[in-house]
Amino acid sequence: MARVSFTPHLARFLDCPPVEVDGTTVRSALERVFATNPRLRGYVLDEHARLRPHVAVFVDGRPVSDRARLDDAIEARSELYVLQALSGG
Amino acid sequence: MSRRLWISTRKGLFRAEHSADGWELRNPPAFLGSPVSAALEDPRDGMLYAALSLGHFGVKLHRSEDLGTTWTELGAPSYAFAADPDGGEEALAKAPALELAWSLEPGGADEPGVLWCGTIPGGLFRSEDRGKTWAANRALWDRPERARWFGGGFDKPGIHSILVDPRDSQHVTVGVSCGGVWTSHDAGASWEIRTAGMYADYMPPEQREDPAIQDPHRLVACAADPDALWVQHHNGIFRSRDGGRLWRDCPRARPSAFGFAVAVHPEDPNVAWFVPGIKDEYRVPVDARFVVSRTRDGGDSFETLERGLPHRAAYDLVYRHALDVHADGETLGLASTTGNLWVSENGGDQWSALSHHLPPVYAVRFAA
Repeated sequence: MARVSFTPHLARFLDCPPVEVDGTTVRSALERVFATNPRLRGYVLDEHARLRPHVAVFVDGRPVSDRARLDDAIEARSELYVLQALSGG
Repeated sequence: MSRRLWISTRKGLFRAEHSADGWELRNPPAFLGSPVSAALEDPRDGMLYAALSLGHFGVKLHRSEDLGTTWTELGAPSYAFAADPDGGEEALAKAPALELAWSLEPGGADEPGVLWCGTIPGGLFRSEDRGKTWAANRALWDRPERARWFGGGFDKPGIHSILVDPRDSQHVTVGVSCGGVWTSHDAGASWEIRTAGMYADYMPPEQREDPAIQDPHRLVACAADPDALWVQHHNGIFRSRDGGRLWRDCPRARPSAFGFAVAVHPEDPNVAWFVPGIKDEYRVPVDARFVVSRTRDGGDSFETLERGLPHRAAYDLVYRHALDVHADGETLGLASTTGNLWVSENGGDQWSALSHHLPPVYAVRFAA
């Protein structure tokens, strides 16, 4: 299972401990997280399900390539990090 | 009459209250560290609303039933309606998204739970369940003139002022930077633009009087005379006595006609306050003297109010929502991006500083 970790910055607003989920893409992994933590969705994605402009997602050390589709493939043991981009201040 | 002032800042929502000891600023703020773009204490049911603009994580609305001790996150206005499902990747990349909840107003006294929210990039939203869910006003969004709106102070246009007529809750008027003044008599089902008399000398000549490009920085109405409107416009001060059908400018405004904020007396439509600055190239107080200007004759003449305000080396800028008048008509709140907060209890004749050290202030608002 892939492991998804969130910036501690988000803990100011809601609980989001690291979770292990199944998924073949960044999108599918995140959707499984949101299924159990629905409030988190609006903090990471906008209303068009795009990554928010000042949120960064890394997969095994690489930033995602398509911030709208989030269709980067992930491995069974991938490590995903959802972080605040420093562009957000 | 109790007096309480909500102060929305770059780093949280502060509250000041008047007691036997006078005005006092309470610490700490709600939402410490988070930008608060607007707050509203609803006079109909005492609910307190706050709009947050989290730098990374989007716009969030919260409601408190106990004046800020505990909060519940609400739904936020959504531009999902503006998606083009058949447009492919390019359309997805361009689809507008909520950037700022810029104005928050209660519906009429006969509409419990109804709220209006004006946003950047230009959408107007209405809630009928105390902010839990929001519906976009498509009638205004779909107006062809909206294509000519543009950003004022932000990259995208936004609705910063919403007036609900106390005589008729179906009559709603909004101010758009930069997109003019729009009014509806059917609760937003249809809209007409009302800027006749406004002008924009900073635009190309053929667009000077184009209604859809006017930049009313702030629009307010006299509570007792809701057809008496005031606008602090990018080009100066304008007033209307007929609900915005005709505007006239106030060329005698002193020390300048430029500014962002305006407040009008709740009983006397001829009394209004402004925070003048050097016009748009600078946006700082004239001669570095921070003053408030007041008219008491409908804009024919202006007084400069400066007692208690900094006389020299003052570069405070007051945003459009950072001046408010209490329902008593005498108490004023005023705050700046430099973090100064002042209150006057005599219509602006004398000011007292409550703080010189707040975060940059976006808005001040009295509980009604």
